Amino acid sequence: MATIKDDNYFHHALKVMDDVCVGCTHCMAICPTQAIKIISGKAVISDNRCVDCGECARICPVDAIIVEQDDFNLIHNYKARVALIPGVFIGQFPERVETGDIYSAIKNLGFTHIYEVENTVGFILEGFEDYENQNEEGLKISPFCPAIIRLIQVSFPTLAKNIAKIKPPIDIAAQYYRHKLLKEGFKEEEIGIFYITPCAAKIASVKSPVGVKDSKIDGVINMQYLYNQVNIELRKPGLQKEYQLNQDMLSKEGVLWSLTGGEKPHHSGKSIAIDEIHNVKEFLEQLENEVFEKINFLELRACDQSCAGGLLLSGNRFLTADRLRNRAEKYPPLKDKRLYKKNTEDDIHLGDIEPRPMERLDIDINKSFKKMAHKQRLMCYLPGIDCGVCGFPDCQSLANEIVQGKAGISYCIFMQKKLVQRGLLSKESADAINARIWGENRFQKNCEKNGATNELS
Amino acid sequence: MNFGFPMRLQYMISGGDFNNAGAAASSLKKILKQLSIDSELVRKIVVALYEAEVNVVAHAYSGLINIELDHEKILIVIQDEGPGIPDIDKAMEAGFSTASEEVRSMGFGAGMGLPNIKKNTSTLSVESEVGKGTKLEMIIYLNT
Repeated sequence: MATIKDDNYFHHALKVMDDVCVGCTHCMAICPTQAIKIISGKAVISDNRCVDCGECARICPVDAIIVEQDDFNLIHNYKARVALIPGVFIGQFPERVETGDIYSAIKNLGFTHIYEVENTVGFILEGFEDYENQNEEGLKISPFCPAIIRLIQVSFPTLAKNIAKIKPPIDIAAQYYRHKLLKEGFKEEEIGIFYITPCAAKIASVKSPVGVKDSKIDGVINMQYLYNQVNIELRKPGLQKEYQLNQDMLSKEGVLWSLTGGEKPHHSGKSIAIDEIHNVKEFLEQLENEVFEKINFLELRACDQSCAGGLLLSGNRFLTADRLRNRAEKYPPLKDKRLYKKNTEDDIHLGDIEPRPMERLDIDINKSFKKMAHKQRLMCYLPGIDCGVCGFPDCQSLANEIVQGKAGISYCIFMQKKLVQRGLLSKESADAINARIWGENRFQKNCEKNGATNELS
Repeated sequence: MNFGFPMRLQYMISGGDFNNAGAAASSLKKILKQLSIDSELVRKIVVALYEAEVNVVAHAYSGLINIELDHEKILIVIQDEGPGIPDIDKAMEAGFSTASEEVRSMGFGAGMGLPNIKKNTSTLSVESEVGKGTKLEMIIYLNT
């Protein structure tokens, strides 16, 4: 919408491949922020509204929505090539595959150092303790999930101030291991830290960080890619198995951290853990009205089963979560948290998280009222079927576009029919509108589509 | 044509219907979010209306909400048919409640209703007649 300039303001990792997209509208219907519209028969993602949750990519029946990633070969630009892996990566493999073997396989692929992100969970707990002591009053929302942070910024701006200002594990781990390697004698430019991402949102958070001045991560590798490569390595004969695991800081709490309920037990007072972005949305909608009793801490994750359900994970999310719960039992409880403080001088505090409300019809208050009145009148006419034939997710979204001058009421197929019947719109114009939304050839016979006969022409 | 000012909205409230307590507040919130009104003010307006709605649901038989909104202020008038408030000053005290055990067990009736409304509005006036009903008039100015 008109409030912020439209193009490339925020970096997004989700891209629609136009040549693959069939314009089926599934993504448009599921998007929690109404960020998708259809132009010329292809899905188009709005940069301002998208929160990188990946729901669109998950539901796409033809895999037309991809997650962009850095070239794996970038790692060879560095002497110290660090793979920063979230524990869910390990959780994808059946329990008979030993963690040491997985580490060895990753090392064979070219990395020199492997660290699990959750090693540094102790820092976060410590940071939180201080933070909660300094900011006693009120609700704090976990900063863990970048899709949730973005959701709050665009859809729940009043709650942006409640996001706890402690950096998430990914940033803390990157900062800690950079320090460690510097101490070991590597030069700044020799260190390349590569995060193996389970989702699109983490890529966006590295490429256009919110509340973090400069990300300490040099590249992001798609977890699917690494999973495939590791599987190939594991099947090669003579895999060297004695790789030294750098897990001395890994704890039971750390292994559980990225699963649903991983943060919740570490907060006093009433704390709630919610996963899956539509669930989170429903909850925050009610929370904004202060309908609930006092809540101290909210752990909110965009994916079902949290990171075990990440878009880029290959295994079944329930099995992955279960394996991690079993894995947690093999690690000792977190030691004295203070132990970690000595290890890093870096700041663990997040900067301000600015709300950027996307629902405003105009930044000028008078204009916003006029547009609202216009929209309300339009809604008297639009049928409220939310069919998506206009190329927008629902009738209200079409009304929004009309009041912004970006669409016309004749985009609505039902209104269009009425206008043609009354002689107010020619059949040719109507066809042209539909072609603009759905593409020239959309309404011609095509047996290539799903469920069609696929007959030879 | 100066359409758009003021915007008028009306909602009904049924006494005892806790399932729908807050429906007007969330509908108003959806509209306010689309107008260029500061998020913090939106929050205050929504909280004030929510509390008022719950009061009607918890104590009265039925109620009517009338909202008038322009670029300077929002006026919310809530008129209910109900038992009325015998001592308005007392009702304005934080923690004072006449809510039944049943209502309290549902998490309502902590005696913060009117005080919370006052805290979140620019002006609040309460008129009440015992045995007939209560009328709340609240104004929130949008230019801070």
